[in-house]
Amino acid sequence: MSNIAIDLTGVSKSYDDKVVVDGLSFTVAAGECFGLLGPNGAGKSTITRMLLGMAPPDAGKITVLGMPVPARARLARGRIGVVPQFDNLEHAFTVRENLLVFGRYFGMSRSEIEAAIPTLLEFARLESKADARVNTLSGGMKRRLTLARALINDPQLLVLDEPTTGLDPHARHLIWERLRLLLARGKTIILTTHFMEEAERLCDRLCVLDGGRIIAEGRPHALIEEQIGCPVLEIYGGNPRELRALINPYAERIEVSGETVFCYATDPEQVRVQLRGRADLRVLQRPPNLEDVFLRLTGRDMEN
Amino acid sequence: MVEGWAAAMPANAWNWIAVWRRNYLAWKKIAIAAILGNLADPLIYLFALGFGLGIMVGPVDGASYIAFLAAGMVAASAMTSATFETIYAAFGRMHSQRSWEAILCTQLTLGDIILGELAWAATKAFLAGTAIMIVASILGYTAWPSALYALPVVVLTGFAFASLAMVVMALAPSYDYFIFYQTLVLTPMLFLGGAVFPVSHLPSAFQQVGRFLPLAHAVDLLRPALLGRPGESVGLHIGALCVYTVLPFFLSAALLRRRLMP
Repeated sequence: MSNIAIDLTGVSKSYDDKVVVDGLSFTVAAGECFGLLGPNGAGKSTITRMLLGMAPPDAGKITVLGMPVPARARLARGRIGVVPQFDNLEHAFTVRENLLVFGRYFGMSRSEIEAAIPTLLEFARLESKADARVNTLSGGMKRRLTLARALINDPQLLVLDEPTTGLDPHARHLIWERLRLLLARGKTIILTTHFMEEAERLCDRLCVLDGGRIIAEGRPHALIEEQIGCPVLEIYGGNPRELRALINPYAERIEVSGETVFCYATDPEQVRVQLRGRADLRVLQRPPNLEDVFLRLTGRDMEN
Repeated sequence: MVEGWAAAMPANAWNWIAVWRRNYLAWKKIAIAAILGNLADPLIYLFALGFGLGIMVGPVDGASYIAFLAAGMVAASAMTSATFETIYAAFGRMHSQRSWEAILCTQLTLGDIILGELAWAATKAFLAGTAIMIVASILGYTAWPSALYALPVVVLTGFAFASLAMVVMALAPSYDYFIFYQTLVLTPMLFLGGAVFPVSHLPSAFQQVGRFLPLAHAVDLLRPALLGRPGESVGLHIGALCVYTVLPFFLSAALLRRRLMP
């Protein structure tokens, strides 16, 4: 078995003449956590659907766990676990019934499924909820159940589409902790997110997507260092144009997004001196992050 | 193209059972309400028309009107329960509940899902049809043991109408469109298909149309069985119901593949 879990070469996909994925190539090594980062509409979900054989590419080659997709997608899916973007649990069923029904979709016998359930419930911290109906669970519990369900077939590869979107910070951290545990057990993870902190915390490598193309690829910290490499001052309030003129001589680069001025400066103190005494401004200094990388590469922030 | 078809066809002969069992588990939770709901409507028709209208019309084709009507109601209830299970319940599982989306991430194909849903809808048709047969039998309106021949026919009728409804469902953008299928297709079929009165009473143009309707084939198989008479053109009627099952199955698979796996 090769140590490449996913390989995409020159993959393109259009819907109604709109190019959604544009000549995409990337490789994910076994045991790695790989992130697809980008705003809504960047093509992230389409890529995950193509990996599962649910959308045939117009051009290019996809190999997942050594199998050509979509030709042998059904076989590949037997070794993949999926956490979809939108909740598709069976809400009228109990936690245990959800796992039982899902296990059958992989051709597992009742005894095989029953044997796997306790470990999965423990993993998802849902031991006490085994016989609770899904519609009585909190959002975080539902996500953890979806993750447990994705593990029913003991997959080698996990495909996670926006795994923590819509969760509160506590629930989100619990999911991240569970995902790190899976990585430690040698699972391969590919996840899509528009959530920078998630990508920085979990991903060994990631690619930043915009308009169906990769605009940057690498390790999160290397990318940040390479693209930004200096502290950031976020300045709120005031007139962005006037501010830009004022601090321009002291900054490496300035980006304006909405009413916020992002100032990238190797010596932020000099910029602060210029703004001293301006009671109308709020200034926040922080280390650079992936948000800045995206802003730099596209001139937009993720939300827009 | 071949690859695309593989995804829309059943992967093997048994994968669909997992889908059937999912639906069975969901149904078990609400079984009593579901059975009462299924039974009430056709039984009301059977008794209201059978007794009320039966007094006025007298014997039809040599049987009491209520005995004549019983076969029509069995066929009609198989038609409506298979149809409603597909256009409302299965559509919900595909559309808003996203159950199909979850299943498509497993070892099952779209074809397995469609087959499982058809088998489940046919099961519901069987339950509804048999329930009416049992009531009609207890009241002495059916002939035994020839009524037993009706059981496989009810299942086949369920498959045919589920398959047709699957095409409708595959094309419908939302629930709002199903009313057209009900009022423009199912309701006229009830009358043109000979469920309520003999088609020989209709103008000949309508009779010609009626002969091709799936409900007419079901009624022509069920009525002799329930009245204990020899059937006519049994092979033709069974063959027609099989065509109404198989062709829409392939059509719906193609349509749903385009819709769900673009």
